Amino acid sequence: MTAYLLKRIIIAALTLVLASIVVFAVMEILPGDPARLMLGLNASADQVEVLRNQMGLNAPLVLRYLHWAGGLLSLDFGRSYTYSVPVIDLVRERIVVSLPLALIALALSTIIAIPIGVFSASRQGRAGDTLVMGAAQLGVAVPNFWFALMLIYLFAVWLRLVPAGGFPGWSAGIWTALKSLLLPAVALALPQAAILGRVARSALIEVLNEDYIRTARAKGLPYRAVLWRHALRNAMIPVLTILGLQFAFLLAGTIIIENVFYLPGLGRLIFQAITQRDLIVVEGIVMLLVAAVILINLLVDFSYAIVDPRLRAIPGKVRSGFPSGIAPKQILRAVQRFRETRNRSRGRQ
Amino acid sequence: MKLWKTILAAAMLSLAAATSAFAARTDLTLGIVLEPPHLDPTAGAAAAIGEVTYANVFEGLTRIDDNGQVQSGLAESWAVSDDGKVYTFKLHSGVKFHDGSAFSADDVKFSLDRARAKDSLNPQKQLFAHITDVTAVDPATVKVSLDGPQGSFLSDMGQVAAVIVAKASANGNKDKPIGTGPFKLDHWAKGSEITLVKNPDYWGTPAALDKATFRIVPDAAAAVPALLSGDIQAFANMPAQDALEQLQSDPRFSVVIGSTEGETILSINNKKPPFDKLAVRQALASAIDRSAVIAAASNGLGKPIGSHFSPGDAGYVDLTGVYPHDIAKAKEYLKEAGLENGFSATIKLPPVPYARDGGQVIQSQLKDIGVNLQIIPVEWAEWLSQVFTNKDYDLTIVSHVEPNDIDIYSRPGYYFQYDNPKFNDVIKELGTTVDKDKRLELLGEAQKILAHDVPAVYLFELPKIGVWDAKLQGMWTNWSIEADDLTKVKWTD
Repeated sequence: MTAYLLKRIIIAALTLVLASIVVFAVMEILPGDPARLMLGLNASADQVEVLRNQMGLNAPLVLRYLHWAGGLLSLDFGRSYTYSVPVIDLVRERIVVSLPLALIALALSTIIAIPIGVFSASRQGRAGDTLVMGAAQLGVAVPNFWFALMLIYLFAVWLRLVPAGGFPGWSAGIWTALKSLLLPAVALALPQAAILGRVARSALIEVLNEDYIRTARAKGLPYRAVLWRHALRNAMIPVLTILGLQFAFLLAGTIIIENVFYLPGLGRLIFQAITQRDLIVVEGIVMLLVAAVILINLLVDFSYAIVDPRLRAIPGKVRSGFPSGIAPKQILRAVQRFRETRNRSRGRQ
Repeated sequence: MKLWKTILAAAMLSLAAATSAFAARTDLTLGIVLEPPHLDPTAGAAAAIGEVTYANVFEGLTRIDDNGQVQSGLAESWAVSDDGKVYTFKLHSGVKFHDGSAFSADDVKFSLDRARAKDSLNPQKQLFAHITDVTAVDPATVKVSLDGPQGSFLSDMGQVAAVIVAKASANGNKDKPIGTGPFKLDHWAKGSEITLVKNPDYWGTPAALDKATFRIVPDAAAAVPALLSGDIQAFANMPAQDALEQLQSDPRFSVVIGSTEGETILSINNKKPPFDKLAVRQALASAIDRSAVIAAASNGLGKPIGSHFSPGDAGYVDLTGVYPHDIAKAKEYLKEAGLENGFSATIKLPPVPYARDGGQVIQSQLKDIGVNLQIIPVEWAEWLSQVFTNKDYDLTIVSHVEPNDIDIYSRPGYYFQYDNPKFNDVIKELGTTVDKDKRLELLGEAQKILAHDVPAVYLFELPKIGVWDAKLQGMWTNWSIEADDLTKVKWTD
């Protein structure tokens, strides 16, 4: 287990270094001058030059990279060009919105998806299964911003139960703040739940066809017990993989929902920073997200060990980055299915 | 008896509660589309900075009102020397900055000197280019000397970038703006909202509102439900044009269509062949049907223009008839240029609806005369570097929102690449002319030269679509400068 951990940590560190080079290079290639953007049409070329010097944009490329990357090592992400405050402060302001939102959405999505998956798998091919999976297909297909607008019109404009958008801040009281995250969380959770439900269903069906299930049934265990105790636990591995991917997506890939609900989240900060060529903000957040995704993947890997006792029993046996005892094909298939359904739903937007 | 007393007390109480509920509201939440990058109008060009701070937080020597007229600001009066070169401003007394420090002539001197300094990053530095000296005569008197008479000087001093700041707080204004206005910053939740509160120590007429929140609503689709649910009570300029009819028919809202200083034009690279030929530019002007462009690009709300001048401003000349929509005539112009078989060109469109929608209409209109346009969508940052700075473009659509900016056609190196000595002379003369009638005459002349010479095809004036709660009064109808001046805004009943 220690060797496995060490290997994963080294890989993670290398990934971070590589990511920092790629992120920095891509931002360099991006056309546009942040100084001109800040000063506008009436500023003279001399003024733009003065500001470029002030922002340190005229220094050689390699020096600028080293300066930036060196700062990252001491967790100094630099100062935003446009806001002229430390990048980390901007991130801190946004993460208190994005993180709870992602967690609530993830929790909702899981709470909805698992029972749906179990229900459908246990009634495979019957009317209940067709109905639920049809609904899930609809959930994947409906663009989430449209769904969000319908929620707003119903709950905010008509019933006036929650605000139509915006975020009052946690200082306004936990319930008030949570209320403004409720609709966005539902809008985010439903398509994710639909995807997760389908993954859970097919994973369960696959497990239900395994020999040990037949054995469990043969020794006289009731179907319900086999389903929840034996089958579901083994089907959790692909589900956890998808959850990890979804969490990374929910953390910053929610620009559309953040726009519809005008929430001050991370996604909008990145989007705004890109249009304003606030490169240092973009670079800093992307690096944080890369780190977050690596961390989540590590956690997901470790969680395999929790659901699969075989991994705890045989420490140190690791092949190809996956804990031993898990068929990687099962995970890969689940990931592929997840991407297909997600791409299909995105293609419609 | 006791029971009656209780009932009476309860009735009194509920009456008191009811009357206090009827007292007019004193808070307002406005929607704005773009968040200001910071709150210092002397350090950034983003229009959103002025939208929030102008007249509310910061004030200049003079101020521009809803109709573009110059009013007194921090200066209660002024005198101009006979040669038009020296302005003596008499300042209001008892004025305090939001941090409690007193405002005086020294602050005016500091602000103007800072804006015109060599290393100044003021986005409108050209406003101060003619100032040669600023002297604080006494705490309430400032003398500003110019290198020559300046016709627009008083108006220049009322612009967003010319507001007066204090030396002690100037460098912190981006985050903590310290002005002299009737509102001061309460807090700014970045990405979410900016809250201003009434300044209790304001020197002039106090604001009717106690609190004003500018909430950032970037998505047009979100703007309508935000209004309908009552979360937001006003949009000075509403992004959702498709929903306008719905809002117009709703008695709860006032929809007020006003004008802006945004001349929306098809900019032409005048040095790039074949656009260096007058006949080619005339062909473009004749082939474009403004009404179709306006219908597509601004829901039919924009006012057609024939030159680079706002129809709302004094001195406007209607020149929309110079090149009427006429395909046959356009083809003749092309023939005259030796291009009867047409040609191909590119049009770079920034990410604003008026440009993207208008560009498609113009593309199809120019096809009728054999001019094939390839549309290249660009981001603002790309537009600024490719089109504006490097002049790497054929055609583009953009709205020039700076007020009184007809002189941009005479600026050397400006992205139009237009150089007309006759026009330059008119602008030069205009700069030093103070007499009002003579100025209007020169402005008319400048407009006519542009209309006939077509350095750009003039499309329409960008409308300001104000939508607010019908009980709200005092919002600006026009954007003579891009500002949401809340000093006279109040709730009725």
